[in-house]
Amino acid sequence: MKYMLLIYDNPDTREVFFGEKGAELMAEVDAIMEELTESGELVGGEALADASTTRTVRVRDGVPAITDGPFAEAKEQMGGYLIVECESPERATEIAARWPNARFCAMEVRAIMDTAGTEM
Amino acid sequence: MSRRAGVEDLLRELAPQVLGALVRRYGHFDTCEDAVQEALLAAATQWPDQGVPESPRGWLITVASRRLTDQLRSEVARRRRETTAATLAPVDQAVVPAPGDEHPPDQDDTLTLLFLCCHPALSPPSQVALTLRAVGGLTTSQIARAFLVPEATMAQRISRAKQRIITTGIGFQMPSAAERAERLRVVLHVLYLIFNEGYTATSGPQLHRGELTSEAIRLARAVHRLLPDDGEVSGLLALMLLTDARRPARTLPDGTLVPLAEQDRGRWNRESIREGVALITKALARARIGPYQLQAAIAAIHDEAPRAEDTDWREILALYNLLERVSPNPMVTLNHAVARAMVHGPQAGLELLETLDADDRLASHHRLDAVRAHLLEMAGDHAAARTHYQQAARRTTSLPEQRYLQARAARLSGDQ
Repeated sequence: MKYMLLIYDNPDTREVFFGEKGAELMAEVDAIMEELTESGELVGGEALADASTTRTVRVRDGVPAITDGPFAEAKEQMGGYLIVECESPERATEIAARWPNARFCAMEVRAIMDTAGTEM
Repeated sequence: MSRRAGVEDLLRELAPQVLGALVRRYGHFDTCEDAVQEALLAAATQWPDQGVPESPRGWLITVASRRLTDQLRSEVARRRRETTAATLAPVDQAVVPAPGDEHPPDQDDTLTLLFLCCHPALSPPSQVALTLRAVGGLTTSQIARAFLVPEATMAQRISRAKQRIITTGIGFQMPSAAERAERLRVVLHVLYLIFNEGYTATSGPQLHRGELTSEAIRLARAVHRLLPDDGEVSGLLALMLLTDARRPARTLPDGTLVPLAEQDRGRWNRESIREGVALITKALARARIGPYQLQAAIAAIHDEAPRAEDTDWREILALYNLLERVSPNPMVTLNHAVARAMVHGPQAGLELLETLDADDRLASHHRLDAVRAHLLEMAGDHAAARTHYQQAARRTTSLPEQRYLQARAARLSGDQ
């Protein structure tokens, strides 16, 4: 089963990664990435640019309206994602729990929909 | 059949034999496997244009041996440079295949290879990937496409599996008589996983994935040829054939799932049904009973009913009673509940479902909701049925299942 691990952060937590603890945190991240690559569980993942660079697009009555900034007025924004293929939701959750953002902000584990289906 | 397709079939059949011959002679399973892949690739590009050589197996062994020697030589050279140790075994005698290799081997190595690739020390995804490459002769990119993951991910699973074989010291030999039954059970389970991965895929853009079904059947046939008297091998092959026979009717062209009771049975593959029924009939008469045989027997009863209402549910119920004793698991109980409902009425089925509510493996599983919804609908409790269909639709991670379950729920909302 494939899962997307959504990495959440806010301006404060993002700064932690650039601060004096930054190298240590990146080493944690690198170690997890290496483990997932080695185990064949890593399917993909990217980091996103700062939330302030977001553009939100809405189309109403065929007219597009584009505004600067994220769609939701939330304190936390999605900062990146991982896609992993794991044997169980428990394993996906365990990976999420080890990602540093789980301590500073939050991680979300969402199963990815499959186009396959069994006979009912 | 086009010349290219003919060559591909031939190569896939020869792949395990060539690999077996190499490993038997030189050891080094991991390096041999790479060398065989390169030889297969060379043949796939050359043979369709230049024609198939007189001894295709000999050609592949020669080419693969040459690649292997090159690889081992450069490995030795690299180690010499690094350690200046000159104690490694010479590899020059590995260049030319012995004359005997031009002929088919007395012993087919396919089974030994399957036991190696499906070793219990490997994780199921690794077992599946390695089996498809080393025994099935598929390329890493084909396997990756079939499993919808990047090629790098699949390559990693394969190399990890090979690494594990080296570090655990798993040898290229048949398991001892004592552990053989248990090891064969793992092999059959891996083939079953491959089959299911392909079978659940709908048509269209998923075509590569669907080919896994025919690959699983091909491999199960090979095992059956080698172990014709094993009841569970016959049972698994029969189960695959009897399930795959319904494939043309189980989805609409747009991918919509069609439940068994509503399928156009005229579209079922009669030839697969005939073969599957013959296999299971013979196995049940002679062999010790096992879960694949029982599941195949149930599939056979469904496939032999001319119309859904002709299905012999009493016989199916008796088989589920047996299956529950031989191989108890919550998925079996779920299907058992449907059979019980069909024979003794929906209430009897719903009572059996209650035993699953406390089971962590299934309590929040969409299939439990889906079956409960179906039985509640049979019982005429449409409001409750609708709630459970909706719950199942929210819980499934399959798009076609979600669409099907939502449609069932919507159908019930009109008549309240």
